[in-house]
Amino acid sequence: MNEQALLGLADDELVLGWRDSEWTGIAPLLEEDVAFSSIAQNEIGHARAIYDLLVGEEGDADALAFDRRPEEYRCSPLVELRLLEWSHAIARRWLYEAADELRIAALKDDPDKAVAGLAAKIDREEAYHRMHAEMWHDRLRNEPRFQTAVEELWPYAVGMLPEDLRPELAVRTGLDLPSNNLLQGHERGTHSPELTPLWEEMTMVRRSAPAGAQW
Amino acid sequence: MSEPVWEVFRKERRGQPFEHAGSVVAPDADFAEAWAREQYGRRGESVALWLVPRDSIRDVEDWADEFDLKYRRVDGYSIKARLKEARERAGTAGPG
Repeated sequence: MNEQALLGLADDELVLGWRDSEWTGIAPLLEEDVAFSSIAQNEIGHARAIYDLLVGEEGDADALAFDRRPEEYRCSPLVELRLLEWSHAIARRWLYEAADELRIAALKDDPDKAVAGLAAKIDREEAYHRMHAEMWHDRLRNEPRFQTAVEELWPYAVGMLPEDLRPELAVRTGLDLPSNNLLQGHERGTHSPELTPLWEEMTMVRRSAPAGAQW
Repeated sequence: MSEPVWEVFRKERRGQPFEHAGSVVAPDADFAEAWAREQYGRRGESVALWLVPRDSIRDVEDWADEFDLKYRRVDGYSIKARLKEARERAGTAGPG
């Protein structure tokens, strides 16, 4: 099992689920508000399933999800950004789904059957996320604000993937791979300054009740 | 976006008829599908959806019944007594 790749995937899904949940109640359209929040919840569900797999039957997925220090997370800077402008939030969704599809496809071929099976299960749900993202991309692709957002976020999206998957991402999105110089600070393994405040909020309840909160 | 309303019909289980579930406001069929999936399908409450632009629906709601032809309506006459009589003739008890 490629634990680092799986942990990166799970952390991406958890953190993006948190970030996209910040739109709940304030998305530009009521119907989209429901859809966007639902997709965010799905992503957190995927994170949970992967943490469960990583810790095994006796393990504690919550501990893995919430008891690490910010610097120990394997999420990519793309998902950490607090994007409170719709063009950026939807551009990130589109870029994220494109990159996510490639790494999940790779995991579906994993020699570990549990990993391959979970990847296939996640992919069936992601198909609707991709449909949603493509639909927005088709509608906004010629809007200057959306194009600017894609340009700004593109190096982050590339930095989400291992190097061998990057050329295919460029083909799928129709964008040119940035130079190594432009990728600095955008790749997995580094964190944006926005992760720590998110982590503070995300782990607040857990840290306030170290013995475990009962619901 | 000034957008059309899509009426949503959902089928709860296979073999059952579609029933009106509500509506979504969406600019085109793709958005309507994506949003209807989330609002009428994500809890497993539907096995299928129909999305119909409200403009495509023909509205029928006026009924002229000026001459009180109540024998044409189900509440026009009672069959209770006649049913009882028929049961007695057939020698069977009532339902239940």
